[in-house]
Amino acid sequence: MAPKKKGFDPVKTLNEIESKFEMYQILDKEGNVINEGEMPELSDDELVEMMTRMVWTRVLDQRSISLSRQGRLGFYAPTAGQEASQLASHYALEKSDYVVPSYRDVPQLIWHGLPLTKAFLFSKGHFVGNQFPEGVNALSPQIIIGANYVQAAGVAIGIKKRSKDAVAITYIGDGGSSQGDFYEGFNYASAFKAPAIFVVQNNQYAISTPQELQTAAQTFAQKGLAAGVPSIQVDGMDPLAVYKVTKEARERATAGEGPTIIETVTYRYGPHTMAGDDPTRYRTSDEDSDWEKKDPLVRFRKFLEDKNLWNEEKENELMEEAKEEIKKAIKEADNTEKQTVTQLMENMYDEMPANLKEQHEVYKAKESK
Amino acid sequence: MAELTMIQAITEAMATELKNDENVLVLGEDVGAYGGVFRATEGLQKEFGEDRVFDTPLAESALVSLGLGLTLEDFRPVVEIQFFGFVFEAMDGVAGQIARHRARSGGTKEAPILIRAPFGGGVHTPELHPDSLEGLMAQTPGLKVVIPSNPADAKGLLIEAIRSNDPVVFLEHMKLYRSFREDVPEEEYTVELGKASVKREGEDVSLIAYGAMVQEAIKAADALAEEDISAEVIDLRTVSPIDYETLVESVKKTNRAVVIQEAQRQAGVGGQVVAELSERTILSLEAPIKRVTAPDTVYPFTQAEDIWLPNKDDIIERAKEVIDF
Repeated sequence: MAPKKKGFDPVKTLNEIESKFEMYQILDKEGNVINEGEMPELSDDELVEMMTRMVWTRVLDQRSISLSRQGRLGFYAPTAGQEASQLASHYALEKSDYVVPSYRDVPQLIWHGLPLTKAFLFSKGHFVGNQFPEGVNALSPQIIIGANYVQAAGVAIGIKKRSKDAVAITYIGDGGSSQGDFYEGFNYASAFKAPAIFVVQNNQYAISTPQELQTAAQTFAQKGLAAGVPSIQVDGMDPLAVYKVTKEARERATAGEGPTIIETVTYRYGPHTMAGDDPTRYRTSDEDSDWEKKDPLVRFRKFLEDKNLWNEEKENELMEEAKEEIKKAIKEADNTEKQTVTQLMENMYDEMPANLKEQHEVYKAKESK
Repeated sequence: MAELTMIQAITEAMATELKNDENVLVLGEDVGAYGGVFRATEGLQKEFGEDRVFDTPLAESALVSLGLGLTLEDFRPVVEIQFFGFVFEAMDGVAGQIARHRARSGGTKEAPILIRAPFGGGVHTPELHPDSLEGLMAQTPGLKVVIPSNPADAKGLLIEAIRSNDPVVFLEHMKLYRSFREDVPEEEYTVELGKASVKREGEDVSLIAYGAMVQEAIKAADALAEEDISAEVIDLRTVSPIDYETLVESVKKTNRAVVIQEAQRQAGVGGQVVAELSERTILSLEAPIKRVTAPDTVYPFTQAEDIWLPNKDDIIERAKEVIDF
């Protein structure tokens, strides 16, 4: 029996809307420019700097994984595969912008000015790792998925109230888009027309849960519709595309036009974290190698080599430098003075309450023994 | 001096700080043009402008987190949660984020946020409006929790709390908003956080209370006086941290104590007070410390409030039990 004729067709409406969210790309996986008109204005030096940061961060990821296995680092969430998504988006920012990261977004913090030693201390669980230098506008990596989204809205509203030429940028994963705070965050920013950039790094999995189990929505970008937020899905393995959309989102934001949602379609090659996750339990090696063909470093390397801006020698030299720098930083982190309970107490309040004062005396005596 | 209700004193405190410090902002659901569901922010937007006093979308989690975000631009937000029963929506923001903000930054960032919220029973509100949830807040390191019981304290405590560089949860009992007037100094003044107040001196038993239970304890003390029992009434005013110095001094004098709260027995801060007093005053005690609390059920349906909420008769009964022990 033919379906009854209807005066309205919600399925058609949905399909029409979803079809509007096409993935934005500039570089294909072979490093060819497929969208010439969209090329961002970047000097040769800037292009090289972007590559340098991505390569450096890939080395950092490899070293962090092995340091974590050796027990010299603690909590670590691998980043390999997401260099374009993390670093090209960050490269579109200014020092005055505020980074509100999730637990996987340590690279952006480092490039925003967090000393590597402190990033390692964060991993090891030392408060000095979260004592950011003055002028590094950022919060520590957020463990509660979604909390950074609502906080970023708040930061952006604050920036707007101070009439600053800056934005707040925040990052979440595909799984995080299911949280209430995800929606509340961009809805607040939208209602206040606040200068915020909300990045959804869709790396295909939330631990073991694939994106189809998070939502029936075809893109995460379209979730912005719910709050009237302009949104775009971008190839998260394409540094030029990620840079370009972030740059434009920043321009819109600082011009007082409100927030943007950017979904970066990307992939993490490694496990969710180094705390026992085993990706072979939930994905295939075929899937891994399909994504490796899309590697942001491979395509950007090719792009730069074609322009004579990059070569193997340069890359090897950079990798060696990175390893040296990492070695030095981990040593510094290892040599950082051990924490005391009295320090933790002193960091709790501006004005220490009576209960803590009493306990402080007790621990001071213990620690001076 | 002016005769003010507690809610007028609260409005006056916010106006004082909005005037004193341009970084102070007042935000929440319907706090702007409408002046708040209890008129606590009445006239503030008109006087200080929409930039300083403003409405937010209806979402408590983003609301308190907006407060935290604003501190990064050196604002001092006064955030209103419309009823404290709605704090569950914002529990991560308050307890998981704001409370930890200073410590997690190794002392490099502060969260000078004040969260105001009405709570408390006896005024026939619908579900999850009156619940006493101060215990949850008091169990959260990093917060200070203040509960005034009268207009003069409310003004002084609120000004002090707004000036605090630490996050403060300021809980306003709905039954006390307009139940009586009191002389409140017109000039600005502060009441120190973490300091209890001896409302009435006595020799035979210490009645330790906070919120609406302070008035009940005073009524009980009046009744006990008629039977020649001299009760000392102490108002905690701040339920985190608690002023044990004042409590210990009182109990060492009276040798008996009753701890009184409107919250359920398994909730509130009464259990904590008893534990601390046991450790600090055991050798002075002539009787076990007793508690007056609500039963361990969900907050009752409106029509059952009267039979459920603790009142002066419960206090008199417990006081006599410890005296006759």
